[in-house]
Amino acid sequence: MADQNKTKRFNQVALPHLDAAYNLAKWLTQNPQDAEDVVQESFIKAFRHFEGFHGNEGKAWLLAIVRNTCYTWLQAKKNLPQEVFDEDGDHGEFHRQFAQSPSLSGNPEHFMEQMLERDLINKAMGRLPGEFREVLVLRELEGLSYNEIAIIIGTPIGTVMSRLARARGLMGELLARHFNQEPTR
Amino acid sequence: MNCENVSNLVHAYLDNELDLPNILAIEAHLESCPNCRAGIAELSALQGAIRKGAAYHAAPESLRPRLQHLDYQPAPKPVKAGGFKVWLASWQLSKLAAAYAVLMLGIGLGWQLRQPPTLEPLPSAVVASHIRSLMVDHLTDVASSDQHTVKPWFNGKLDFSPQVSDLAPQGFPLLGGRLDYLDKLTVTALVYRRRQHIINVFIWPKADDAATPLGEFSSTLNGYNLLAFKAHGMNYWLVSDLNAKELLELKSLLVGA
Repeated sequence: MADQNKTKRFNQVALPHLDAAYNLAKWLTQNPQDAEDVVQESFIKAFRHFEGFHGNEGKAWLLAIVRNTCYTWLQAKKNLPQEVFDEDGDHGEFHRQFAQSPSLSGNPEHFMEQMLERDLINKAMGRLPGEFREVLVLRELEGLSYNEIAIIIGTPIGTVMSRLARARGLMGELLARHFNQEPTR
Repeated sequence: MNCENVSNLVHAYLDNELDLPNILAIEAHLESCPNCRAGIAELSALQGAIRKGAAYHAAPESLRPRLQHLDYQPAPKPVKAGGFKVWLASWQLSKLAAAYAVLMLGIGLGWQLRQPPTLEPLPSAVVASHIRSLMVDHLTDVASSDQHTVKPWFNGKLDFSPQVSDLAPQGFPLLGGRLDYLDKLTVTALVYRRRQHIINVFIWPKADDAATPLGEFSSTLNGYNLLAFKAHGMNYWLVSDLNAKELLELKSLLVGA
């Protein structure tokens, strides 16, 4: 009986945020099947930790679990050692890779059309390093506060602000670059 | 407010994260600064483009019913209160080593097999809580190194007021705090960092339980180092993968604070 109540209470807390959970998982894993699996695993984990949840912020609590599960998943998939993220690092390599991407270069007449296409924004975001992509998703798509984002990504609030600034800076640079780029054939 | 201040705060401004005095100061500056006005307009346009352009992936139709009917594993059995008190009654520091070694072995095995121990003494609860806080990435409810932000956060949530200090100058920066639960106790968890090690500091009033020994207690459980003592009228339990020597350093900083 107690278990049935717990499941019911848990569903009341967690299910309203299913879309948010899937959205974050999809943006981080960049694969719809992985996203589904991650969401399912996250719900199971969240249920197990539900007794420890005593707040009102079910969304941030659940998304913290989803995010954590994504990174574990990605690491297992790639089987790479975890890199220490350098907050102040130069992201020159990323710029170079992005600039060489054929799908985004083109002649100037098409730039306006491209700009209007969602494709450009989505591709740009898709190529950001995960640490930047996730803060943009949480802030711009989920509308979460800095405090909630800090809970989810497990950093001080100041880090949230600086990551957002860098993320937006990178997006701005990438988009400006493609407005100004010489046509390549 | 000058242009440099504005550029530092511009993101918080656009995200509605600034307090009113700062908002007014920025707007006053913008009235007379076309450069900053242009900068903010650009950033705002970018923000709008991202919001409109980025895809929001709603969950596929089939996922919701699947999750509603997930077969979750049954929750672990709650701690037997009687057993806990029996354990408390036999607690004596002089018998600690022998009794504890046996207990630790049992708990260690129990934890590895992911089965709930039939008896969950405090050290095991502390380590479990520490591991859980690392796993779900929910290390802090209030993420701030400012003691003037963290300490008042506990008002209204706890009926005691823990001592909070940022020890960054001494090499132990404060990451923030959260509420946590050890057996039936509601406790403060302050989170410190030493290099890349996370240290959870659990604090609750001395009067609430007799489980924390009178003197200092240190031990290791499942690779985590534990350090327990009393100070400022509170019980303190420190747990981390940081070495015991540096945990003792943190203890003297916390006691002296």
